[in-house]
Amino acid sequence: MLYRKFFNVPSWGFSKSFRDFDRLRREMDDLFGALSGGTLPMPSAGVFPLINVTEDTNNYYVRAELPGMKSDELDIQVTGNGISISGERKIPMEGNNVKYHRREREAGTFSRSINLPGEIDVNKVEASMENGVLKINIPKSEAAKPRQITVK
Amino acid sequence: MTDKESKEIQVKPKQELTSPAEQTRPGLVFTPNVDIFETDTEITLLADMPGVTSDNLNIDLRDNVLTLTGEVAPFEEGDEQDIVIEYEIGKYHRQFNLSSVIDQSKIDAKLNDGVLRLSLPKVEKATPRRIEVKTG
Repeated sequence: MLYRKFFNVPSWGFSKSFRDFDRLRREMDDLFGALSGGTLPMPSAGVFPLINVTEDTNNYYVRAELPGMKSDELDIQVTGNGISISGERKIPMEGNNVKYHRREREAGTFSRSINLPGEIDVNKVEASMENGVLKINIPKSEAAKPRQITVK
Repeated sequence: MTDKESKEIQVKPKQELTSPAEQTRPGLVFTPNVDIFETDTEITLLADMPGVTSDNLNIDLRDNVLTLTGEVAPFEEGDEQDIVIEYEIGKYHRQFNLSSVIDQSKIDAKLNDGVLRLSLPKVEKATPRRIEVKTG
């Protein structure tokens, strides 16, 4: 649209083709949005479980959705500046004479490791499970914390 | 299930709801993964709804349509900044048409560790009965 203004093109035929172009671009965006699932702003590593990592001044937080899992079914290891989460999600048998209509929930083993962007305090990592969501608190090491510098 | 238990879980991104009805409130809506199975006396539904508390879960059954709705609060607390976001959170919503006649007074729902277990007992007359065939 800027183009037209720039070159002062008066013809309406031009504007029509621009409109077509806009529509095409929108359709392409929709198509690519659909292919990537549309909801993931960043590419995932493709390893179960999917995780979200956040940070504040003192800690990193790693969260993962693991519905139905108990804290003692998880194995969380901390190494250097990385962390690994592994375990097995079990879905018990529901008796022999049940007939399934849907079976979408998946059982199986998993193992995932991630590296954090900074140094961490290996000894103070804490993990908790709440409503099927795992949350790991990982304190940053003193060296990795941002420091406020006062200007004299 | 035994053959399934040793395999590795594959990543399955959350399914966003594709509903014919437009959403009137902002935010993402996902369809929870469910297992539904039936015995002679009841239908059981298991739904993965991580992050949902019993206060934020709504189960509604009317005219044989069962509606599950669960709200999830944003996970960030305080001044947390996102570094990697692989999954989004939002509302869970899913509807089911129930074919058998359900005894609405005996419905039982339990929510443990983000998994809803809903027991829907069939009314007495809907349970199958063996019909004796008489000769003569």
